[in-house]
Amino acid sequence: MSVFWAICRQHMVLAWRGGHTTLAVAFLFIGVTLMPFGLGPELALLQALAPGLLWVVLIMALLTSLDRLFQADYEDGSLDQMMLMPLPLELVVLGKLLGHYMALVLPLLLAVPLAGLLLNLAPAHLPMLLLAMLAGSPALVLLGGIGASLAVSVRRGGLLTVLLSLPFYVPVMIFGAGASQQALAGEIDETRLAILGLLSLASLLAAPVAIAAALRNAVR
Amino acid sequence: MLKALENISAFYANPTRFMKLAARLHAPLWILASALLAYGLFRAWHVPEDYQQGETVKIMFVHVPAAWMALFGYSFIFFASVTALIFRHPLGHVAARAAAPVGATFTLIALVTGSLWGQPMWGTWWVWDARLTSMLVLLFVYLGYIAIWQAIEEPTRAARTAALLAIVGFINVPIVKFSVDWWNTLHQPASVSRLARPALHADFLYPLLIMGAAFLALFLALTLTRMQMEILRQKLRVRRMSAN
Repeated sequence: MSVFWAICRQHMVLAWRGGHTTLAVAFLFIGVTLMPFGLGPELALLQALAPGLLWVVLIMALLTSLDRLFQADYEDGSLDQMMLMPLPLELVVLGKLLGHYMALVLPLLLAVPLAGLLLNLAPAHLPMLLLAMLAGSPALVLLGGIGASLAVSVRRGGLLTVLLSLPFYVPVMIFGAGASQQALAGEIDETRLAILGLLSLASLLAAPVAIAAALRNAVR
Repeated sequence: MLKALENISAFYANPTRFMKLAARLHAPLWILASALLAYGLFRAWHVPEDYQQGETVKIMFVHVPAAWMALFGYSFIFFASVTALIFRHPLGHVAARAAAPVGATFTLIALVTGSLWGQPMWGTWWVWDARLTSMLVLLFVYLGYIAIWQAIEEPTRAARTAALLAIVGFINVPIVKFSVDWWNTLHQPASVSRLARPALHADFLYPLLIMGAAFLALFLALTLTRMQMEILRQKLRVRRMSAN
C-alpha cells in the first residue's frame, strides 16, 4: 500500500514542480477573462451564464493536462518498470489518477470561487457549484484517463486524447452544469448530484481496468 | 447450432478461405444493394404528399435508414471487436476497421439530412434536439475510433487499442443517450414531440422498410469490399517486408 501512496505522491510532486498546476490554474483564469470580451461586460448576463462557463473552462483546463498522465512515463520507460511491480497495474493507475486529481483538480476547484467572482457570481451561489464540481470531477479525471491511456503510444497525442475523451465528458457536463445552474436559484439539486456521484463511482470501478488494459497493450 | 457456427467461424479464420467466400459474395451483394436502392428510391419518390410536411417528407426515406445504419454500424464494430479481442478471431479487427468509415458516413448523412429536413420544419438548420445531439456525439465516437487506427503505426497494437476503445465507447453510447434526453426534455420539450410522428401509414412504411433493407445491403457490400481491400493491403505489406 505504501507503493500506492508513493506513486500518488510522485505524480503530485512532478505535476507541481513541472509547473503544470500553475499552468492549469492560469488557463482557467485566461478562459474566464476571455468570456466577457466575447459576451459583453453586462453583469446580469455573465451571472446567468457563469455556471456553464465555469464548467466549460474547468473541462478545457483538465483536457489540456490529460496527456501528462501517462505519456512521460511511457516515453522514458517508467511504465515498463511500474508493470513489473508487485502492485497490480490497476492500483498503480489509480494512484497516478489520485495524484493527478490532487495536483490539478483540487487547485482548479480552489480557483473556481475567485473565477466565479469575475463572472459576478455571489458567494451564496458557490457552495452548490463547488458541490457539483466535487461530485463530478472524479469522473472527469477517471474518464479522461481512458482517453489518455488509449493515445499513450501516439507521439504528441494531446489532440487525440481530447477527441477520445470528449464523448465520455458529455454526461458529466450535462448533469454537472445542470446542477450548478440550480445554484443560481439557490436550490440544492439532489437528483443531479446523485447522478454525478453515480457517474464518478461507476468510472471508479470501470476506468482503472480499462486504462490498465490499454497501457499493457501499449508497452507490449 | 452453436457448434456449427463455431465451426464456420473457425473455417473462415483463414484469410485465404475468407477471400474465396468474399469473392463469391461480392457481386451478388452489390447487385442486391443497387436493386433495392433503385426500387426503394422509386417507391419513395412516388409517395403521396404529407398533409403537414408536403414534399419534404421524402427526406425521411434517406434520413431514417441512415440513422438506423449509424447505430447498426457501431454495434457491428462493437461485436466485431469483442470477437477479435475475446475469441481472438483474426477477421474481427479487419471487419471492425472496414465498417468504421462506412458507419461514420451514414452518421454524417443522417445529420445532414436531418438538418435539411429541420430547416423547413423548425425554421432553423440545427436544433439541439436530443436525437440530433446524441447523433453528433456518435459521430465524434466514430471519428475517435478512426483516428486511433490512423495514429498508431504498429498494426497489432492499433488493432487492440481500437478494439478497447470500441468496447468502452459502446458502453458510453446509451449513457450519453440517457443524459442528452434528460438534458433536452428539461430545456425545450416542444421540439421533441415534433419528431415523434404518429404511426406511419402503409404508403410510407413499405418504402421506408425497403430503403432500410437497401441501406443494410449497401452497408454490408461496402464493408465486405473494404475488408477485401484490407486483407490485400496486409498481404502487400508482408510481401514488401520480405522483399526488402
